[in-house]
Amino acid sequence: MKFTLEIWRQENGEDAGSFSSHEVDDVSPDTSFLEMLDILNEKLTESGGEPIAFDSDCREGICGMCSLVINGEAHGPKRATTTCQLYMRHFPDGASITVEPWRSGAFPVVRDLAVDRSAFDRIMRAGGYVTVHSGPKPDPNDVPVNPEISEKALDASTCIGCGACVAACPNGAAMLYTAAKVSHLSLLPQGQPERQERVQKMVAQMEEEGFGSCRNYGECEAQCPKSISIDFIGHMNRELLRATVIEPTDLRGEMKTQ
Amino acid sequence: MDLDAKIPEGPIADKWTRHIDEIRLVGPRNRPHYRVIIVGSGLAGASAASSMAAMGYKVDCFCFQDSPRRAHSIAAQGGINAAKNYRNDGDSVHRLFYDTQKGGDYRSREANVWRLAQLSTAIIDQAAAQGVPFAREYGGMLANRSFGGVLVERTFYCRGETGQQLLLGANSALAKEIAAGHVNMHTRTELLDVVVVDGRARGIVVRDLVTGAISSHAADAVVLASGGYTNVFNLSTNARGCNVTATWRAHKRGAGFANPCYVQIHPTAIPAAGEHQSKLTLMSESLRNDGRIWVPKKANDERKPSEIPEEERYYYLEERYPRFGNLVPRDVASRNAKDVCDKGMGVGPTGQGVYLDFRDAISEKGADVIETRYGNLFDMYERIASDNPRKTPMRIYPAPHYAMGGLWVDYNLMTTMPGLFAIGEANFSDHGANRLGASSMMQCLADGYFVIPITIGDYLSRHPAGEIASDHSAFRDAEREVHEKTERLLSIPGNRPVEAFHRELGKLMIDECGISRNAEGLKDALKKIPELRERFWREVRVPGSGEQFNQSLEHAGRLADFLEFAELMCHDALDRDESCGCHFREEHETEDGETLRNDEDFAFVSVWEHQGVGQQPIRHKEPLEFEALPLAQRNYKT
Amino acid sequence: MSRIAKYYGSIIGKKAVVAVTGLMLLGFLILHSIGNLKGFLPPNSAGEPDIDVYAHFLTVMGEPLLPDMVALWAIRIILIIALILHVVTVSKLAAHNRRARPVAYRNHKHVAATLPARWMFVTGGIILTFLVIHLLQFTTGTLDPTPIVYGCVYSNLYYAFQQWWILLFYVGALSMVGLHVFHGAWSAFQTLGVDNPDRNRKLRGFALGTAAFLVLGFLSLPTLMYLDVMKHPNAYGESCVLSDGRSE
Repeated sequence: MKFTLEIWRQENGEDAGSFSSHEVDDVSPDTSFLEMLDILNEKLTESGGEPIAFDSDCREGICGMCSLVINGEAHGPKRATTTCQLYMRHFPDGASITVEPWRSGAFPVVRDLAVDRSAFDRIMRAGGYVTVHSGPKPDPNDVPVNPEISEKALDASTCIGCGACVAACPNGAAMLYTAAKVSHLSLLPQGQPERQERVQKMVAQMEEEGFGSCRNYGECEAQCPKSISIDFIGHMNRELLRATVIEPTDLRGEMKTQ
Repeated sequence: MDLDAKIPEGPIADKWTRHIDEIRLVGPRNRPHYRVIIVGSGLAGASAASSMAAMGYKVDCFCFQDSPRRAHSIAAQGGINAAKNYRNDGDSVHRLFYDTQKGGDYRSREANVWRLAQLSTAIIDQAAAQGVPFAREYGGMLANRSFGGVLVERTFYCRGETGQQLLLGANSALAKEIAAGHVNMHTRTELLDVVVVDGRARGIVVRDLVTGAISSHAADAVVLASGGYTNVFNLSTNARGCNVTATWRAHKRGAGFANPCYVQIHPTAIPAAGEHQSKLTLMSESLRNDGRIWVPKKANDERKPSEIPEEERYYYLEERYPRFGNLVPRDVASRNAKDVCDKGMGVGPTGQGVYLDFRDAISEKGADVIETRYGNLFDMYERIASDNPRKTPMRIYPAPHYAMGGLWVDYNLMTTMPGLFAIGEANFSDHGANRLGASSMMQCLADGYFVIPITIGDYLSRHPAGEIASDHSAFRDAEREVHEKTERLLSIPGNRPVEAFHRELGKLMIDECGISRNAEGLKDALKKIPELRERFWREVRVPGSGEQFNQSLEHAGRLADFLEFAELMCHDALDRDESCGCHFREEHETEDGETLRNDEDFAFVSVWEHQGVGQQPIRHKEPLEFEALPLAQRNYKT
Repeated sequence: MSRIAKYYGSIIGKKAVVAVTGLMLLGFLILHSIGNLKGFLPPNSAGEPDIDVYAHFLTVMGEPLLPDMVALWAIRIILIIALILHVVTVSKLAAHNRRARPVAYRNHKHVAATLPARWMFVTGGIILTFLVIHLLQFTTGTLDPTPIVYGCVYSNLYYAFQQWWILLFYVGALSMVGLHVFHGAWSAFQTLGVDNPDRNRKLRGFALGTAAFLVLGFLSLPTLMYLDVMKHPNAYGESCVLSDGRSE
């Protein structure tokens, strides 16, 4: 198979960047998209050029490192698939393919197609944890959890943190990511003590990072490689409403009689 | 080389508790004065960093990925063992110890294995408390499944992504400590050297992968949690970035490397499709619980699997090992797959594959049940191989998967270099010559949550905090060496990409030092590796500069280390003139083609001392003692 | 109040305000369209069109507790505030979102977003413009290409919708309302965290049903007036017969 690639090249974060055109030939349909880029990079290296920088690691769809917008879609045209598990057989022979990095103010370009997603880590640090130290803990069977709820929590925590939701959202929102993280812990009994605080802190951090707001387009869910449901966005909205407006904030305040 | 493992006295079941009772500790008010460097943020690194930071130590954690959450522990699919005996099927700490020891073919240290089994239950409790959504039964209790080669159901899991969930748990704890300022997290930063002063590890030199800046970090102790070296085979189930650099540089600085020849070959990966394949994708071993493995009886049979009648199918594992059938240990399954493929019965375009068939399981248990168990794995297979395993059998082939060997450590997980610790896959300690399924995460987390936070105190308490700062001349020297090496790589006037050399090395290693090995092949490899290394340093082209984000440079540096390490691996494989676990020397097999151990001459850990690149390293021995469990020949046949 | 302010400070809180004000405006539209359907009802004993009677009722709503026009103005003020909040908040969010995606994709493909969802800003803008014109025409009577008499709702409508271009303008504007409500009425529930997989079908059905009801409800009377299916206003007694001859 043969492809014409329009690839975003950008020396570093300060550089303006532009598209450059590359041809690849003799690609087997069973080559993965990233392997196709590997082949191109090897050719560029052999011919004295500079290879294209892109992120990838596990190449089995779980580490969340790969991150390409291919023909205007995060992780390319195949649903519920990361770029590393996208194969060239999913493209017509002779196709022209545009490859861009995740575009988001919160994800500055590092080089070419690689971006800095540390904003996601900072959202996690704002509250995406249960405060427990290492050491003896109660037996998990002491706290039975409805398996449906446990599975739903897993549906949320199956998020691989790749950032496709942000890349796909016309508003550059990180709602699906943040919602998945918030929902995972708010559904489980272990997450209850810090529940109100967690959602407020994580949402505040999400905003501080400069991610956009949700307009319920559903693009994030559609382009999420793990098909995480926008149900969790509703869940997070509910959690925030409850934490900010409904639940009492002054739990131990004084009261007087009239 | 001092190989005193410092194993505590007393009966095996009491060793760990007794050790905790007697070990030296650092008090809570002193801990903030001590700085600990942790290299790697996988299950071992993240759990160690978060645990130690919560105790009060100042922690610097480094990872080469863009986020600590992406460490390759995330890809572990199947599950994690714990001797909870929730199923009341006779499990116990002793039985898990026994299974691990037997699985490791009696080449691991008993005391460590027992401790691992003992701590297994606490890991589940810890993870559940962090909010890891383990699979639950209808009553809300934790579910279990069985996993290769054992007689009890003790494996805890989260669908097919247990690794990700456990890592997210450990990482959430790490995130909390980073937010609290107790851990300084350095992402996209790679260790390039370990700094040693007066024989003790005092810090590391790293490269910022984004800016290319080289910097030094001093600490009171350095913990390597940098994973395994299986990418020496190029094609493996490991992530592309997994590398030997941290452990190899430590080895070159004086830390003994133990059992480098022990590499687990996983029996159920999707076979390679072509030359440019970058990765072998593992299919969870749990598939073997319901799938039946077979090949056509006739060699070079080109019929579709559906056209091959039952009597012409060779269910070789079931026939050869009636008791365990398709659930034999990984090395046995791998070797048998290679065996039938070598005899021409292999399937698929390359002839390097066997069928894993769910037809019978679907008709016996129902499509729904099988779908719930393996649906996501089937989808994953279909995505990669564009075949639907619900209709046509999967094709699988063994793939290098896990490195049992690693830096030698004592009972406190300290290497032969004082102040340098190794945890998780980076050390050698618990899995012997082969690792039991669902034990890798157990070891990483036991080391990180429960062992190193305590045992590191024994070392730290003996030394004042902050003795050496990063402006010490040893750091300047190490930085200069790193600079020089980088410059050397960038200035080679060749034109071949790094990947081409990695492929060559991988092919050589899988052929000569892979599923089965022999003296002749290993000697041949020992001749070819230095040649390849020389060609690499002459013909490679590393484009770009050292002052930018340069992935070719990263890869070149890692491959340069693999090219040195590969030699050590072959030395060890040649030196270990017996078969054990995954290390199968063709000269030593039983009449049935099984591994034939030589306990008389090889019941020891090989610990290698570096003598310079290309020089014959020196092999030291840590003798293995078998008190709790007498030596027995492994037999999965009856 | 500080809690609401804090909530409004977050982008999710702002969205919730858009949702709540949107639902308030939607509620008004539903009542308005039901009110319009009164145009189909028979006249009262005095021969006045029912819709004129209803219009009069709106002005005296709340009597005897409230003086004339007070209740009406109270509702109007609430609606004006809701509208201002709706528009201002959406504009704030839009500005925020532009910063979140400083560099556009070469050709961003939409996989899930429906046209109404993507055009909320366009439809909203058109509706806002339409609203101004509509108020100038039928509430203040400032724009009067056709005769407008205070209190004569039926005849005002009738004469206006004899003109094909006025009808066309309203058809166009109300299609925008339909599109806006089609996405907005579901989106509001999602934003407020009311939607979940159990209710999703129903809520989306509600949004589709409401949008369709509004478009049909609002357009039925004007269209039938244009097609001369409805009675001429002169058929309803003396009160609203226009004397200046423009009626024919």
